This record gives sequence, structure tokens and C-alpha cells, in this order.
Amino acid sequence: MLVPIEWLNEYTNINAGIDEFCERMIMSGSNIETVEQFGEGIENVVVGRIVDIEKHPDADKLLVTQVDVGEEDLVQIVTGADNIFEGAYVPVILHGGKLPGNKVIKKGRLRGVESAGMLCSVEELGFLDKVVPVALKDGIWILDREYPLGMDIVEAIGLKGQAVDFEITPNRPDCLSIIGMAREAAATLRSKLKYPDTECQAEEGKAKDHITIEIRKPEICSRYVGRVVTDVKIEQSPWWLQKRLMYAGMRPINNIVDITNYVMLEYGQPIHAFDIRDIEDRSIIVDTVKEGEVFTTLDGTERKLSGNMLLIKDGKRGIAIAGVMGGLNSEIKYDTTTILVESANFNGDSIRSTSKKLGLRTEASSRYEKGIDPNLCGKAADRVCRLIELLGAGKVTKGSVDVYPGKTESNPVSVRVDRVNAVLGIDLAGKEMEKILEGLEMDVSRLGNNLKITPPTVRQDLQEEVDFIEEIARMYGYDNMPVTLPKGNTEAGKTRERTLKDMARDIMASMGANEVQTYSFVSPKGVDHVRIGEDAEERNFVRLLNPLGEEYSVMRTILIPNMLEVLGRNYSRNISRVKAFEIGNTFHNNPSDEEVLPDERDSLAVGCYGEGESFFTLKGMLEELFANLGIHDAVYIPEGNYGVYHPGRCARIMVQDMELGIMGEIHPDVAGKYGIASKCYCSELFLDRVIKHADTERLYRPLPKYPAVVRDIALLVSEDVYAAEIENTIRQTGTKLLESIELFDIYRGKQVQSGKKSVAYTLTYRAPDRTLTDEEVVKIHNKVLDALKEKLDAILREM
Amino acid sequence: MQNQLTNILQEAKEQLLQASSIAGTEEIRVKLLGKKGKLTEILRSMGSYSPEERKEFGKAANSVRSEIEELLDEKFASLKEKQKNEMFITERIDVTEPGTKFKLGVKHPITITIDEISRVFMSMGFSIAEGPEVETVFNNFDALNAAPNHPSRDFTDTFYISENVLLRTQTSPVQARTLIKQDPPIKIISPGRCFRCDTADATHSPMFHQVEGLNVDEGITMADLKGTLDSFAKQLFGSKVKTKFRPHFFPFTEPSAEMDVSCFKCGGKGCRVCKGSGWIEILGCGMVHPNVLKVGHIDTEKYTGFAFGMGVERIAMLRYEVDDIRLFYENDMRFIEQFK
Repeated sequence: MLVPIEWLNEYTNINAGIDEFCERMIMSGSNIETVEQFGEGIENVVVGRIVDIEKHPDADKLLVTQVDVGEEDLVQIVTGADNIFEGAYVPVILHGGKLPGNKVIKKGRLRGVESAGMLCSVEELGFLDKVVPVALKDGIWILDREYPLGMDIVEAIGLKGQAVDFEITPNRPDCLSIIGMAREAAATLRSKLKYPDTECQAEEGKAKDHITIEIRKPEICSRYVGRVVTDVKIEQSPWWLQKRLMYAGMRPINNIVDITNYVMLEYGQPIHAFDIRDIEDRSIIVDTVKEGEVFTTLDGTERKLSGNMLLIKDGKRGIAIAGVMGGLNSEIKYDTTTILVESANFNGDSIRSTSKKLGLRTEASSRYEKGIDPNLCGKAADRVCRLIELLGAGKVTKGSVDVYPGKTESNPVSVRVDRVNAVLGIDLAGKEMEKILEGLEMDVSRLGNNLKITPPTVRQDLQEEVDFIEEIARMYGYDNMPVTLPKGNTEAGKTRERTLKDMARDIMASMGANEVQTYSFVSPKGVDHVRIGEDAEERNFVRLLNPLGEEYSVMRTILIPNMLEVLGRNYSRNISRVKAFEIGNTFHNNPSDEEVLPDERDSLAVGCYGEGESFFTLKGMLEELFANLGIHDAVYIPEGNYGVYHPGRCARIMVQDMELGIMGEIHPDVAGKYGIASKCYCSELFLDRVIKHADTERLYRPLPKYPAVVRDIALLVSEDVYAAEIENTIRQTGTKLLESIELFDIYRGKQVQSGKKSVAYTLTYRAPDRTLTDEEVVKIHNKVLDALKEKLDAILREM
Repeated sequence: MQNQLTNILQEAKEQLLQASSIAGTEEIRVKLLGKKGKLTEILRSMGSYSPEERKEFGKAANSVRSEIEELLDEKFASLKEKQKNEMFITERIDVTEPGTKFKLGVKHPITITIDEISRVFMSMGFSIAEGPEVETVFNNFDALNAAPNHPSRDFTDTFYISENVLLRTQTSPVQARTLIKQDPPIKIISPGRCFRCDTADATHSPMFHQVEGLNVDEGITMADLKGTLDSFAKQLFGSKVKTKFRPHFFPFTEPSAEMDVSCFKCGGKGCRVCKGSGWIEILGCGMVHPNVLKVGHIDTEKYTGFAFGMGVERIAMLRYEVDDIRLFYENDMRFIEQFK
């Protein structure tokens, strides 16, 4: 909401400099986005009168003007504008003059003809294109009247000024008006609030002789005020009014339209004016439309209306979409002589829905949407009439036709002084509270601890005690409240899940993996890219109704496609080695009908590529992760049918009967989809299950007191025999005395026949209570070797 | 006899003086003191002497022997020292060469920021509570006193799964969940992901993170809110920062405020980060609206509370001076590794 300071100052005394004013307004709750400065950065621009206009000898589109700027000699200026005429008063920038944005103008030649300066447009003097008066669009600024020639333009037309852009929160629609902001400013600066002049001096005839009004839908139109103005003369508004509109961000059009906009800005009450000639039967009926009715709004667009939209009709047809836009059939024209001024109140929800359905949002509709006090209608209509009278734009008829079936009144609310102090942590006397509230135009009566408060009806946001606590707080000043800490004592904690997730993150990072974070919503094509089976659960997506696009249209069921995207992006950027992980949620449709929300599961994805990475470096990371989370019984089962991975290099990770996840080398077709030409390795773990199995309890075991006996063995086995089988056989027969098994070499090559491999282990035997004898060890060790031979056809090789 | 011994000693001295290696010295030792060494031979020849002569002579021979041994030890020691010094020279390295790479992984800057915020609040007794990313309309809006026609509920603002289910637009639904589930005192923060229908550009992301906080107890005041958040700001941004609370509006709190901190980059003088104002907006906060407490059937006369919420990306962008929010979700390793 752009509020020109000069306008605001008319209704309350802004007894502070602009910086202090802004600071105090911010601290009392009216946040400020920017302060617009007008008339700044303008130098050597003066009032001139065009004395003579001739065609440029060598350019069709240029004119050569002689301008009187109050000096002895006329100034010759070449211009391209075509809205000038002899005798026009215009702003002239002379040689060396400056325009906003540090533009310096120097004399020069245009197509061979000397030009000693420039005639200025409205925009060139610092206004946005959207506020340039209709009559001056694409042309030179023709001043509204005669000013002293040669006078500095800023001074002559009073161009210097400021407009403060307030950020209005949705609870304060009353502040979308100059008067609303004046009320806030008055309370903040402790000055008086004055209201605009609404009393017409001379009125002829009666409004009710011109028009009848009927509200057929009082639930969505609570009030309709009509006033009638005759002998209307449509012309330009005076500069003072245009200037206020322009500072406030609005384009001047003509006196009648400008006045309706002016009053809308002043009161926050949208006003519409109809040409009364076009109102059939001179009757206004407020009613909902028939489904499918077609209506042409004053922007010339045909719009198809749907049921429940509120329409302003005359005796025969629609003439305006209530609260949104008037109709082309009844708009103000240049020969309009009698107008009906509409100041009405429509229901915000109804207007919002109409505006949304039509895709048509206007100044009026956006104000109605937020809610307007119906009590404003009368005052605003009167103000329109008074301005018309002041401007001499027409003759105002007496009275109004005011249909207001149920007057809106404020209910008094009871507020306890001690409650206010208890919530705010302050100690303010009831009398002080009373003063603050009265400053905001509230009626307050105080009885001991109780304040009975009646707010003005514009303050529809004030309904209950807490609303008034806020009013007192912001006017008392948040800065003035003490700074304390809560007295209660509570222990901080984290859930087990959160703790373990944080642990997993630390463990992964300590192993050199960088953490990534990717979107929770993904493209459904991701599962195609990673070759997930047609009927797989991973395709049962939780879908968005209104995604930003197909690529973000479903909630992820697995993290791998995102991980591959990250790997692919880094690969394409020539990053030679990547090790990354992500911890995030996956989303799964809930099979139970009772639960409306999908299942969210924690997942952990790991991905890597580059020199030194292999299936086994990845597996090593996972093993270390599990070990640190106290999971020691994970087994890796070969998996040849999961499309994501190389069928010979993929394993499902199981603990007891629970699958913890999957890992492997990414299938070359999948890697190719993501533009990765190098081998890459990924894993995705069901982190929630990992957490379930995690064990963070640690028990001390005494350090060994007796020496260990170490035996290295090399076994020749078939390629089909899994390392896990060998280890299991050793462990099963090694008795309790077998302390550890460690694989230290796998050999395939010259000394080993094809189809076989040589695997070498170190077996460590130890007893907790004595030194083992050679005999004891040999006995067990031989049993181990026998078992290996028998079960796995493993032959002991010479070391 | 005595002459012989004197000669041997003399010989030993001369030879050792010239010896320049450990091996050469060892040779000298063998030649003089070894099984076939000169001194050994002399001792061996003592058999022909009378016992008295033997005693006297033996004494002399042993004295020479120990003298030679002493000389040998000295020689060995000095040679070893010399050898060590030579080794030090040959083994000298260029200590300015780079070290062998050990790479710790780096946590995502958003995680780092959430961890730091959490650490501060946990030190003040706040526990961490979490909730789902897919939420009910009730928890996300209704329970938080959002007007039924509030524009943030629109399809253009919020992602919906169905009429009643959406992607949470804030982490505040965790407040609602906690109020329903738990009796006061309640003191929680909830970090997590949120979603809004914003097309990604340098300053917008359809997915972002928030940390919300809630403290409900008997006698909680707005002054407590100020104290808690002022302490948080000082712990996170440095003990010198000042805080400023400006009135604002949120449906779920009343009175509501926005908290600015004095710019921690320039100390409040005005710079690029604070856009010259000296202040940076950090979070929204306020006293929990009674309507929100009522959702948890909490006695609003007995209990009051405050709540706050902050955007994690915003804080991370300010601290690290990241100028494009999309960098957080591109996951370029060269970006992430800057947060070591």
C-alpha cells in the first residue's frame, strides 16, 4: 500500500522526519517495504511555453520547437513527440540538466538541427509508466495550467514528495486506505486523526427520483449505497489530485474515474460509477447470475459467468460483475452527463471465488476479498460527491438510496488488565492500556481489572481478548518489554530414531562420503530409468494433484534415481571421483484405509564412482556403518534380478529374516541413462529397519591375558563357492576357541586351474583362561580343514 | 711380556685412530681381542709362567684388555653417531610437499545449519520432535488457526495429494501434533522439510527447510519469548549481535513478531548482506494463539506459550553468503565440499 506522506499529513499530523516516522511505524506494526522519493535528481528543468512548432527539414517524425523559458532568447528544441501544441506549458530540460537516474542532457544536433535541450515526458521526470496520465501517454508532459516561465519545475508543480510502501498483513484490510494508515500513524505518533470533508454545499434534486435499488442476496451484499450526480463534465483532474494518485501508484484517467479511485484509496471502499442513461428502468438489482450467462466487462472482454456469481443488474440485464468489474454497456463515456455512484459492500469469499473463476483480479476485487466494513459505504459515497462538487465536475443530487438491511456493529469485548500483563510479562496500569486503545479510536470503559472495549467497525480483526493484548503490546512497544528466560526446567532430548539418524550421518561422513539433499518429489520416469519392474511396489506412487510439472509429480519411493541424478550431474561436470550419501524419506501409499497419510520411511542411499571405488569399497563402508551401529549379523545374498544393478554384482543385505537393503554395481544401461560412462556403485538401505536392529549398548570384554595361536591357510575351491560359505564352515567347526577369521588374499591365475580360486585366511585361536597347547589347536584346526574339504571340496594348498 | 702388552695397546690406539667404519673397527677388535687375537694369544702363552708371574701378568693383561674395550666402545659409539647423522642427511625430505590426502566427507550445509540451530536450542532445554512431510490439511492449517479461505491454502500455493492431504507448507504441524499428544510443559523444536508451489529460481525453492519451536508452560510470557530468541541469536551469530522484535501477523500466534538481528557481517554498519540496513530478518515468532492451544485441549487460562519458526536456507544463505538457493539441491561436490 503506497501512501503519499503529503496525503497522509492531511488527516493526521506527521510530526516526525521521514526516517523517524518509518522507524516508529515499523515498531508499532506497520512494516515498510520501501520509501519512494519523487522529484529527486532533477536539475535545470524549467517551465517553458512552446511558442512555435515547425517540421524538421530532414526528418518526418521530428519537430523543431521554439520555447520561451523566461529568458531573452527563445530556446530551440527538437522533439519527436506529437502531442505538443503552440502555447503549451511544458517541462524543459536545458543544457547540462539532470534527470532521475543520473541522466545528463546536453545540447546537440538532431539530424543537422541544433537542439538546446529536451522537452520532458512524465516518465522522464521519475514516474513509472503505469502511472502516467492517460492523456500524456507516449508524449510530452503538457502542464495543467500556466506557471511562471523559467521556474524550476520541481518547485513550480510541487514535484518533491515521498510515498511510503507499507506491507499490509492479511488481518488488517482496514490499513489498505489512507485513513486507515492515518489512524495507525495518529496512534503511533500520538497525534489527532481528522476525517475527510464529506459535506456537499449545494445539492439539487433527489437521488431517489433517479434510481431504485434492490438487494436480492443480502447474505452476499450487505449494503448498497447509490448517489446521483447530474450535469457531469468529463475532463482532466486537477494536478493536485493526479499527483496524489500517481504517488499512490495509480494512473489518472479522467475526473470522475480519478475521484472514484481517489476515494477507494482514501477509505479502502471501492466505488463504481455507471452512466445512468444505460441503466434500464433506472433500477439496480443485486442478484446472482444464471449459469452460463455471457457478460462483457469494460475492458472489452466477453466473460462466461457461472452460478453464484453476484451481478449488478438493471431492469433488463447485467451491468457489472459485483465487486470485480463494471460492464462495457454502462461505463462512463465522454458524453456522460448523469452518473450513479455505487458504494456497496460485497462478501469477501463470494468476490474471491468469482474473481478466481474468471481469472480477473482488480483493485476492487482484491479489496473486497480481504473484507471491508459496510459502514464505510455511506461516507465514501458522500466523499465522492463532495469531490465532484469541489472539482466542479457535476451537480450532486440530495440524499442517497441506501439499502442496508442489517447494520454492522462492533460488540464490546472484555479484557482483563492482569491477563494482558501476564501474557506480555509487563506491568502496565489499566489506565495506560485505556489510553493506548483510545488512541486507536476504541471506546473503552474501565472497571477495576476489567476493560470493556468497543473497537471501531473497520477493525473487524478485533474479536477477542487476545486481539486486544496484541494491540496493547504493539503500541506499548515490543522494545519496551523486558527480556527474560522461561522459569521451567526441562531436559532436552532426541528420539532414538533421530539420534541414530544423526549417528549414521556422522559415520558416513567420517568415511569420506559427502551428504546430498534432493527433492522429495520426483519424476515418475525415474523408476523407468533405473529399470524397476512393471508391477513393482516402487511404482505405487503417492501423487501430487498440482505438481510444478511432471518431473516433480510424485513422491519418491526410492532414493536411487535421485542419487544417480546427482552422480550424473557431477560426472558431466568432470568431477572425477564422487562418494555421496543421502538420508531422506520415501513415501508409500498406505494399505490401510483408516490412515489418511502415506507411510513415510527413512532411507539411506550411498553412491560412488571414480578411481579406487569398487563393489567392495562400498561394501566395506556398509560393513563399517553396521559395525558402528552394533549390527554384526548382516549377510549378503547374491541378487541377479533387480534391474538397477549388474546381475552378477548385486547383493541383498539381510539380518535374520529382515532385508536391510540392497547394494551393487549399477547396471551399465542404468548408468548410461544418467550419462555416467564409468562404473558406479550404489546402495539403498531401509534406514528405519537398520535403526530397529541397531544396538548402541556396549559391554566391555576383558583384554586377552593369554597368547593367541595364529594359523594361515590357503584353500583351493571352485569359483562357485562363496566366501561366506567358507567362513560359515570355519566358524561352525572352529569352536569357541576360534577367535577370528580374516580373509587376506584371493588368487586366480597361473598356479590355479581355471574355474577355481585360491582363498587365504588367517585363523586366530585363543582361550580366555590359559595358554593353548599346540596339540589342542592342531585338533581343532584339522577338524576345520576336514569340514572344509567335506562340505566345500576345499583343498589345502601349500603356503 | 709387559712390552708386548704395551705394544698391543699402542697398536690398538693407532689403528682405532685410523679406523673409519664400523666394519673396520670390528676387524680391529677381532684382531686384538678375538679368539685368535693378539691379546688372547698372549694370555694363552701364560701357561709357562709361575703362578705369581701369572697373577701379576694377568692383571696387567686384563687392564690392557679393558682399556682396549673401552676404546672400542667409544669408537663404535662415535661411528654410530656419525652414521646416524649421515642417515639424517640422506633421509631428509621436503616437508613443504603436500600431505597424503585423507578425506572426511562433508555434511550438507542445510544439515550443518539445522545441527547448529538444534544444538543451541537443546542447550536451552528444547527437545527435537519430528513429523511427516505429507500432512493433513487439519494439522497444517486448521489446527493452526489459518482462516478457512486463507490464500495460502490455494492450489497455487500448496501442493495437495488429496482434498485433505498435502505436503506441509511449514513444520508447524509438528506443533499441532505435539499439543494433541503431550501435556505441558512442552518445549520442542522441529526441523524439517517444507514445500510450497514456487518455481525454483535464485531466491525460491519449491522445497525448503524450517526449524519451528514451541514452549508451552505455566507463566510463559512474551518477555520469555524475547529472552529465549535473543539468547539463541547471540549463541548462533555471536555474542555481540542485537535483536529487534517488530510486530507482525501470523494466524497461529498473537501477539506476533518478526525478529531482526543486527547484521553479523558488518556489525550493523550496513553492507551487502543486510542491504545497507544494518538489520537482518531472521525469524517469525509470537505467543501461541489460544485457538491453537485449544486444539490440544490445553487450559488456556493456566498455560501460555510462545512459538517461532525460521527458514534454514535463509540462514545458511546469509551465513555462507550463498547467492542462489538452487545450489543446495544441485549437490555439486565442489559446492558441498566448501562446508568442511
